[in-house]
Amino acid sequence: MNPFTYSRAADADQAVTAVSGKPESKFLGGGTNLIDLMKMGVERPNELIDINRLPLGQIEELPDKGVRIGALARNSDLAEHELIKTRYPVLSQALLSGASPQLRNMATVGGNLMQRTRCYYFYDPGFPACNKRKPGSGCGALDGYNRIHAVLGQSEQCIATNPSDMCVALAALDAVVRVRGPDGERQIAFVDFHRLPGDTPERDTNLRPDELITAVDLPAMPFAARSHYLKLRDRASYAFALVSVAAALDLGSNHKINAARVALGGIAHKPWRANAAEKELVGQEANENTFRAAAEAELAPAKGYKYNSFKIELAKRAIVHALSNVAAMG
Amino acid sequence: MATESEEPVGFDASESNELEIVGHLETRRKFIKQVAGTSAALAIGPRLVGSASPDQVTPMTTPAGPRDSVKVNLRVNGKSHALDVDPRMTLLDALRERLQLTGSKKGCDHGQCGACTVLVNGRRINSCLTLAVMHEGDEITTIEGLARGDELHPLQTAFIEHDGFQCGYCTPGQICSAVALLQEGHANSDDEIREWMSGNICRCGAYPNILAAIKEAKTKGRA
Repeated sequence: MNPFTYSRAADADQAVTAVSGKPESKFLGGGTNLIDLMKMGVERPNELIDINRLPLGQIEELPDKGVRIGALARNSDLAEHELIKTRYPVLSQALLSGASPQLRNMATVGGNLMQRTRCYYFYDPGFPACNKRKPGSGCGALDGYNRIHAVLGQSEQCIATNPSDMCVALAALDAVVRVRGPDGERQIAFVDFHRLPGDTPERDTNLRPDELITAVDLPAMPFAARSHYLKLRDRASYAFALVSVAAALDLGSNHKINAARVALGGIAHKPWRANAAEKELVGQEANENTFRAAAEAELAPAKGYKYNSFKIELAKRAIVHALSNVAAMG
Repeated sequence: MATESEEPVGFDASESNELEIVGHLETRRKFIKQVAGTSAALAIGPRLVGSASPDQVTPMTTPAGPRDSVKVNLRVNGKSHALDVDPRMTLLDALRERLQLTGSKKGCDHGQCGACTVLVNGRRINSCLTLAVMHEGDEITTIEGLARGDELHPLQTAFIEHDGFQCGYCTPGQICSAVALLQEGHANSDDEIREWMSGNICRCGAYPNILAAIKEAKTKGRA
């Protein structure tokens, strides 16, 4: 690990000031991804600003019945919070399907948003080619072992996937990310927070280097009480998703779908909001044919590689399965 | 180097709006001045002010290269330890290499195996993925802190009775994790225990016996 300066910030403004104009400095939250990447030599900050003592750990109801989640709320606390378990069960399920109890006790919500890909070619500097780690060096995964890689939204520069479960649920729930920078606060719609790789895969998010995530807001969404997170992986537990689905349905009389929220994990560079699937679902009767049509529409543009083409059919079936589970809820 | 620990700790309120810098790349002498100058008016972290007081300063060992060490007060198994650590030192390495508490094990060193599991303020974490300097004032419990004198923790007894190990390398992490599991209330079925113990890998495959040990400890509790 490279040497670095360590300091603690007492408030958000102090933290923002500390990183302003210093691209080699980073905020330190739970550390579960950053410290690991520093051990690997992938991240080499020369300054760490420990933000763990900032008062940003609250989870509270908003006047409009939404919920504000402080950026330093631990993944375990968020998953177990009564407001989340009752109003947004998909988020609680997504959190509990990720990592281990130990890591969830450490990991923060803001840090979860900033997780970097688990692409082997990115994570190990022993591989020379990775456009995300070293722009212009190529993509080792494109013709390499690409079993865990993207089938939607990727570019020739990068076929990495976002590893987060929590973020898939947040994408489905229309969350809003609140950030603070030198010029004050701004809000970023969750679906605009993470980026597709395009020609700049080194940039995972649209967060500016001198901005600090302070909170994530969940809008009121009564029908999200009927929601579900389905995660498919190589092990029964404690593994990243090959494919995951966050789904919520607003069902009217005769099982007609008034509104739908669907997002996919494990298949793209960002948490993938399934707009095409949602469009197919609205106005239709909730049944397997409808769900299959929605899945087909969403995966129509998918492109597989040597080792990950199985994800396309897996994602379709996962969508049908998740939506069927939601529709069957009382 | 011991003389540097006698650096006067004078507070300068004029610097109180600056970040509290507790470790950086420059000299130790300047480091102490900056800590002293910035910690007086801290709204948070009063324990840090305590750790910077002269009577707690531990003589410094040879610094690693051009880097400075950082002062941190670790409370482990009920005892306080004032340490100077490299900011890069993980909590696991501080426990093992500085405090000689070698019960916590380094398995993967990447948060994947759980052998390094300890309790921080009652919650289980991977001590390999957190820096020692982040734990100023936290209450840390390791496997060495579970027994009461000669009386083993019920989970320790249960692991012995049920042969919850073969080589034993993962066992301290398994037991610390299981202590937290019982407190969290997620040991209500075999499947639930398996899921909530999934962050602790046992390469000997002693899982059935670990499960049996946890179930028994749950029933018996602590006298």
